[in-house]
Amino acid sequence: MDFAQNLSNAIILGCTYLLMAAGLTMVYGVLKVLHIAHASVYTIGAFVGVLVYSWVGNFWLSLLIAMIFSGVFGILIYRFSYYYLLDVPRTVPLIASIGLFVMLTDLLQKPFLMGPYQRAFPAGGAGLPRIDTPWFSITSKQLLIFSVTIVLMVLVYLLLTRTRIGLGWQAASLDREMAAAVGINLNRIIALNFFIGSALAGAAGVLVGIYNNSVFATMGDLPSYKAFIIIVLGGMGSLPGAILASLLLAIVENFLVASIGYVLPRDSIAFLVLILMLMFRPHGLLGQE
Amino acid sequence: MSTGYLLTIFTFIAIYISLALSLNILVGFAGQISLGQAAFFGIGAYTSAVLAIRYSLPFTIDFISAILITGFVGLFLGLPSLRVRHDFLVLATMGINFVVISVFKYVDFFGGAMGLVNIPAPVLFGISFRGGVPYFILSSIYALLTLGLCWYISKTWSGLAFQTIRSDEDAAASVGVSSARYKIYAFGISAAIAGGAGSLYAHFIGSVFPDTFAFVESIAILSMVIFGGVGTLRGPIIGAIILRLTPELLRFISDYRFTLYGALLVLMMLFQPMGILGNGSWLWQKLHPNNRDVANTPQMEVK
Repeated sequence: MDFAQNLSNAIILGCTYLLMAAGLTMVYGVLKVLHIAHASVYTIGAFVGVLVYSWVGNFWLSLLIAMIFSGVFGILIYRFSYYYLLDVPRTVPLIASIGLFVMLTDLLQKPFLMGPYQRAFPAGGAGLPRIDTPWFSITSKQLLIFSVTIVLMVLVYLLLTRTRIGLGWQAASLDREMAAAVGINLNRIIALNFFIGSALAGAAGVLVGIYNNSVFATMGDLPSYKAFIIIVLGGMGSLPGAILASLLLAIVENFLVASIGYVLPRDSIAFLVLILMLMFRPHGLLGQE
Repeated sequence: MSTGYLLTIFTFIAIYISLALSLNILVGFAGQISLGQAAFFGIGAYTSAVLAIRYSLPFTIDFISAILITGFVGLFLGLPSLRVRHDFLVLATMGINFVVISVFKYVDFFGGAMGLVNIPAPVLFGISFRGGVPYFILSSIYALLTLGLCWYISKTWSGLAFQTIRSDEDAAASVGVSSARYKIYAFGISAAIAGGAGSLYAHFIGSVFPDTFAFVESIAILSMVIFGGVGTLRGPIIGAIILRLTPELLRFISDYRFTLYGALLVLMMLFQPMGILGNGSWLWQKLHPNNRDVANTPQMEVK
C-alpha cells in the first residue's frame, strides 16, 4: 500500500516538474540557451492566476488567463533579449538570462506586485472528485494536477506533430540555420516556442500554487533548478526525454526520502543524482553526442 | 559616511577582487564556465571558521589550511569537467554549489542553518586585525598576490596551454596539451584562491552562514567577471569594484538595487558583451586605438 501511494504521489510531483521542464527543454532545443529566467515566468503565472482567481473565483478562467499572460510574457522576454543574442558566444545569452532572473525576482518582491509575503490560493480541487482505491488515494488537488498536465501535454504533442508550424518547430530544433534556409519563418517558430513553453510554466505555477495553497515571489527558484536537472537527465532539447526524466526524478526523490529519510534535503539529492549521472552519461540519459 | 563604513566596503571590494580573479582563471583562461564559485568561497570560509572555533587554531594556520583544503576539494570537484562539457558543466557546477550548501546546512558539525559565530579576529605578529585599516591592508595584499599569480599564469607556458584549451580542446590535445591536466589545474588554483578569500571573509565578518555562499553568490561573482571583461586581468578587478560599489552608491534607491543590477547585466550583454574593459569593448578600443589585442580577441566559445 505504501508503495502504491508513494508511486502515485511521485507521479503527481513528476507532472509539476514536467510542465516546468517542457518549456525549458523547448527553449534549449531551438535557441540552445539555458533559460534561467524561466523561473520568473512560473512565478508570474502563479501570481496572475491567484489575482484572477480572487476577482472571478473561477479556477479554469484563472488558469487560462495565467497561461496566456505567461505565454505573452515569454515572447516579450525573447523579443527584448535573446532575439538580439542568437549569433554570439553562448555565454552571452546565459548571462543575460541570469540578469533577467535577478531583475524579475527583485521586482516581483516589491509591494506593488507580490510583496515579500505568501498569498493563499484557495481554489481547492476545482470541483474534481477524490479517488480512493484499496491501494492508494488521490486527492482532488492531485487529480486536478494530473488531468491538466495530461491534457496540456497531449495538446502540445498534437500541435508539434500534426500542424505545419509544429513541423517547422521540429526542423528548427534540429538545425536552426538549415530550417531558415528552407524557408521556415524562424521568428514565428521561436515566438511560438516561447509562448508554449512559458504558458506551460505558468500553468505549473498555478497548479503548484493551488497544491501548496501558497504563492510567493521566490517560488520559482527551486522548480527551475529542478527543471534544469530534468532537461539534462532527459537530454537537452528532447521533449520525450523530459517526460521520462520528470517522472524518474520524482520517483527517485520520493522513494529515497521514504526509505532513508532526510539525510540531505531532497533538492540536493536531485543534484547529486545529476552530478553522478553526468559522470557516466555526459550528454544526458537520452542525449546524443 | 564614516571611515569605518568606507573601510568595510573597501575590504569587501578587495575580497571580491580576489574572488573575481579566481573565477577568471577558470572561465577566462581555461574557458570552463562555472556557476559554483561561491561553493569554494564557502568551503574556505567554513574551513577557517571550524578550525578557529572548534580547534582554536591561530589565523595563519586557518588561512593556509583554508587555501590548501579548498584547493584540494577544487581538484576533486573539477573531475566532472573532464567528462562534462559546455552547458552540462554549467549545470554540474550549479549542482555542486547546491550540494555543498546543503551539507553546511544539514550537518551539525558545521553549525546547521544557524551558522558558526564568534570567529576570533586574526592576530598576526602580535597585532589584532579586527576590522579597520589593518584588515583592509591584509585583504588588499591578498588581492595583489592573486593578481600577481594570475599575471604569472597568463604570461607563462601554462597560460598558453589554457588558451589553447579554451579555443579548441581537440586541437590542444593534438599538439600535446593535456586538456585534462590543465582543466584540473585551473579548478584547483581557482578554488584555492577562492578558499583564501573565504577565510579572509570569515575572519572579517566573524560569522558564517550557509546562505551567504548560495547559488546567487556564484551568479554575482560570475557577473563581476563578465561585466568587467572576461579573460583579461583588468576586467574582473573593475567588475568587482563597480558591481560592489553600485549598490552602495545607489543607496537612495536601495530598494531597487537588484532590479538595477539585473537590468545592468542584460543591457551589458545586449550592447557590450565583451564587458566594460574587455578586449574589443567600446571603452577599451577608445583607450587603446591601436591595441593588437583587438585582433585576437579571446572568445568564450561554447559550442
